[in-house]
Amino acid sequence: MNIYLELFLTFAQAGVCTFGGGYAMLPILQREIVNKRSWATDEELADYYAIGQCTPGVIAVNTATFVGVKLKGVPGGIVATLGVVFPSVVIITIIAAFLQNFAHLPVVVHAFAGIRACVCVLIFNAVLKLKKSSVIDLPTTVIFLATFLLSALWGVSPAIVVLIAGIVGLVIKRAGKGAQKR
Amino acid sequence: MMLLLRLYFEFFRTGLFAVGGGLATIPFLTDIGQRTGWFTSAELTNMIAVSESTPGPMGINMASYVGFTIAGIPGSAIATLGVITPSVIVIILVAAFLKKFRENPYVEAVFYGLRPASTGLIAAAGWSVVCISLLTPVWSLNGDNLLVNLDISWKCLLLALAVLVCTKVPRLKGLHPIVWIGLSAVAGVVFGL
Repeated sequence: MNIYLELFLTFAQAGVCTFGGGYAMLPILQREIVNKRSWATDEELADYYAIGQCTPGVIAVNTATFVGVKLKGVPGGIVATLGVVFPSVVIITIIAAFLQNFAHLPVVVHAFAGIRACVCVLIFNAVLKLKKSSVIDLPTTVIFLATFLLSALWGVSPAIVVLIAGIVGLVIKRAGKGAQKR
Repeated sequence: MMLLLRLYFEFFRTGLFAVGGGLATIPFLTDIGQRTGWFTSAELTNMIAVSESTPGPMGINMASYVGFTIAGIPGSAIATLGVITPSVIVIILVAAFLKKFRENPYVEAVFYGLRPASTGLIAAAGWSVVCISLLTPVWSLNGDNLLVNLDISWKCLLLALAVLVCTKVPRLKGLHPIVWIGLSAVAGVVFGL
């Protein structure tokens, strides 16, 4: 298959299967991008999410652009991005045009209560997997826990958290190197 | 034509300034509604509900919905393109930078700190989904005071545990996540979650 077509279709599929924001796309990306196609590693995916959270825009789009650019440069980035948004535009347009009270239909309400319960578990599993390549020693364990608490309990903005974590990483690693040299 | 240009520009701005995902776009959309009169806050609430209950990234769903409300199918496409343009440009620049400096020890040190933070943030996002789906707010009136209690929805909790157990079974591990999502949707309807 043409690589651009494959990029488009893979990300369109990820778009369709995502319920509730870019984080919910992670399990699908791990499966399709990392395991099946080896377009990126788990580590790189963590990097993309970190950058996606402190750069402007929708996280799912940022990640799609990243993978696309890595594979096929700027055209690849654009194709992957168009892929990930394509299903949304189609589905939302249909719903907006024909189903005025879609979000209040009992079937939809019940189905989404079930889907949300499932998405919790899928994100939990995805985090466990991501932890293997990102939480590797004591300092990273501390960063992981601190980030979780700051964000989950105190609602600190992801952009700030990511910025601090980057600086902490720089200080720990470079200070360690400096000490070794001496 | 002017309307579509304006639409593109408004959503470009939203995409440029909303940092941190779909939910971050909401304050900007509220602002657009108030300044342009394109939609009311009540309509926006409905759009958020629909965006949350349809597949696809929330920020994109919101842009498509608002765009469609204002200018039909072209509006839907234009608003979406507007909201993604800043992301694409910024990420292309960042990717170019990374390609050049990936091996740089300073950049590597930064990523050493970023990766666990990224994982922690995703865990926090997962936690917020847990709060929304497994804990239901129950409103009650006590005299003149409106009280809110958090109720654990046991049915949802059971379903989540069932899914957790199933996804750990070696033979089922490789299944596409959409299988679990589909089954959970059916369970939600059947058991009236």
